[in-house]
Amino acid sequence: MSTKTETLRVPGPTTGTGASRAGKTGVLKVGGLIALAVLALIWLLPILWGITTSLKTEADAAGSPFKAPAGGWNFDAYLQVLRQGDVPLWMFNSLVISVAVTVLTVGISALAAYGFSRTEFRGRKWLFALTVAAIMVPGQILIVPLYQQMNAMLLTDTWAGIVLPQVVAPMMVFILKNFFDTIPKELEEAARIDGAGGLRVFLTIVMPLSRPILVAVSIFVFIGAWNNFLWPFIVTNNPDLLTLPVGLATIKNAYGVQYAQTMASAILAALPLLVMFMLFQRHIVKGFATSGLGGQ
Amino acid sequence: MLRELSETKPAAALEGRRPAAKPKQASGFWYVAPFLAAFTLFLLWPIISGLWMSLTNQSLTGAGGGFAGFGNYLEAFGDKAVWQSLGNTAVFTLLTAAPLVVLSFVMAHLVYVGLPGQWLWRLSFFAPYLLPVSVVAALWQWMFQPGFGLINATLSAWGIKQVGFLDTEGVAMFSVVLVTIWWTVGFNFLLYLSALQNIPDHLYEAAQLDGAGPWRRLVSITIPMVNRTTVMIVMLQILASLKVFEQIYLLTNGGPRGSTRSVLEYIYDTGFSGYRLGYASAISYLFFALIVVIAVLQLRVMNRKAS
Repeated sequence: MSTKTETLRVPGPTTGTGASRAGKTGVLKVGGLIALAVLALIWLLPILWGITTSLKTEADAAGSPFKAPAGGWNFDAYLQVLRQGDVPLWMFNSLVISVAVTVLTVGISALAAYGFSRTEFRGRKWLFALTVAAIMVPGQILIVPLYQQMNAMLLTDTWAGIVLPQVVAPMMVFILKNFFDTIPKELEEAARIDGAGGLRVFLTIVMPLSRPILVAVSIFVFIGAWNNFLWPFIVTNNPDLLTLPVGLATIKNAYGVQYAQTMASAILAALPLLVMFMLFQRHIVKGFATSGLGGQ
Repeated sequence: MLRELSETKPAAALEGRRPAAKPKQASGFWYVAPFLAAFTLFLLWPIISGLWMSLTNQSLTGAGGGFAGFGNYLEAFGDKAVWQSLGNTAVFTLLTAAPLVVLSFVMAHLVYVGLPGQWLWRLSFFAPYLLPVSVVAALWQWMFQPGFGLINATLSAWGIKQVGFLDTEGVAMFSVVLVTIWWTVGFNFLLYLSALQNIPDHLYEAAQLDGAGPWRRLVSITIPMVNRTTVMIVMLQILASLKVFEQIYLLTNGGPRGSTRSVLEYIYDTGFSGYRLGYASAISYLFFALIVVIAVLQLRVMNRKAS
C-alpha cells in the first residue's frame, strides 16, 4: 500500500519499474506525455481563463480575450468583492455548515459502524441491511417531502435545517463498518480485560487505528457539504444564511455583466478546496484506495 | 423497546461470536441509535410522507390538500413535460456515461504509467471536481459567452460563425454534457487511479518475461484487473447522471424551450415554482421507481458479467 503511494508520488526512482511495467518505448512515452499535456491543458483552461479574467478591469474583461489588458493586471475585482462582504459571509457560513456536517456525519456514522461491526443487539442485521439498501435512495427526489417536514419542524431558514438532513450518510456507515471489520478483535479484547468499557474501547483503540479511513471519509463528507447546492438552496431564503455555492448563483444574476467580479468571486470560492486538495493530495488518493471504493 | 429486547436476549442466539466479544452486547443498540434517529427522521420519514403527499393535492402554500388517489400519477402519465424531461434525462445519461467512464480510464492510465509530473496531472483532472457547481456554471457561462467568450472569440478569430452554446435548441444539451464531463470526470479518474495502483507489479513482470507488449498487457492484465472498478463506476455513473439537476438549472434553467430540462428540474419547478407539492411528489416516485428498476437491472447484468 504505502509503496504504491510512493510509486505514485515519486516517479523518479520508479521510472525503471514504471517503464518496464508498461514496456514504454520512447515513442509511446512521448506520445503519452503529449496526450497528457493536451488533456491537462484542456482541463485547466476554463480555470486559467477565469483567473486571468478576475485580474482584469471590467472594461478589459469585456474586451478581446487575446489582447493584453489595457488597464493592466490588478486585484481590483478581488478587493471589490471582498469589500462588498457577501463572499466572505458566504464563506463563513459554508465553513460553519461544512464543519458541522462533517463532525456530525463522521461521528454518528463511526458510532453506528462500530455498533454494526462489533456489537450484538436484536435487529442488528436487519437494520444494517436497511442502511445498505438506503444507499440506493437518491436523496434529491426527497426534496419536496423533506422541505415540507422542515417547515413543520420550524427548521427552514435555520442552520440546523441546512445541516441535519445532510448528516444521514448510509454510504459512510457502510465504508466505516467494512474497515472496522478488518481490525483484529484481539486488540479490543486486551483492553476489555483491563476493564475498559465499550465506548472507551471505541474511542481509545478503534478510532486511533482507523485514522486513515476517518481522514478519508471526513474529506469526502467535507467536499460534499462544501459543494452542496440543492439542499441549502431549497431550505433557506435568508440572505444571512446563504452558503457559498448558493450565494454565488445569486451574484451572477445581480451583477449581470460584471465578469471580472464574478470570476474573482468564483476563484475565491474555489480556493479553499483547491488548497485543501494540494495539502491532502496523498490522503485523498489513498482514501479512495482504503475506502474500498477504488480497491480490488 | 429494542433495548429491552436485546437485554433479555438469550446468549444462545449469539452463537458464532467469541465470548470476549459479547460483554457490551446490551448497549450495542445505543451506538447505532444517533444514526438511526437521523436516518428515520430525515430519510425514512420523508420517503413515507412523500408517498402520502403524492396521493394528495397538497400545495406549497398550505392550501388545497384533499385526497387525490392516483390522480397525480395518472396526470403524470399524460403530461408531455414529464415525457420530455424523461427523454432529456435519458439523452443526458447516454451522452455522459460512456465518455465519463472511458475518458477517466484513459486519464488514469496515462498518469499511472509513471510519466513525470504526477501531481500536476492529478491536480488538473481532479481540480474541476472540487469546484462548487455555481463556480462551474459561472466559468462555463463565461466560456460560452457570445461575443468575447473564449470559445466564441476563438471561433471568430478563425472566421467561423459564433454558436449560441446555451440558447440554441439541439446545441444546449451538448454544452451541458460537455460541462458535466469536464466537471465530474476527476472523481472516476481518482477511482481508476487507485485501482490501477493496486495491481500487483509481478503480473506485469511475468507478462513481460513472456514477451507481452504494452498493448497486450493493457488488454490482458490492466483492463481485467480493474474490472470491478469499471463495473462500479458504470453503475454509479448511470445513477448519478439520471439525477442531474444543478448544472442544468444554473446553465440553461432547462431551456431553450425545455430542451435541457431534466426530471429533477421538472420536479423542482412543479413543487417550488408551481407550488404543486402533491403532483411533484408523484413525479418523484415514478422517477424513483424507474431508478430502482434500472439499478436492479444493472446489478443483474453486472453480476452475470462478473461471474
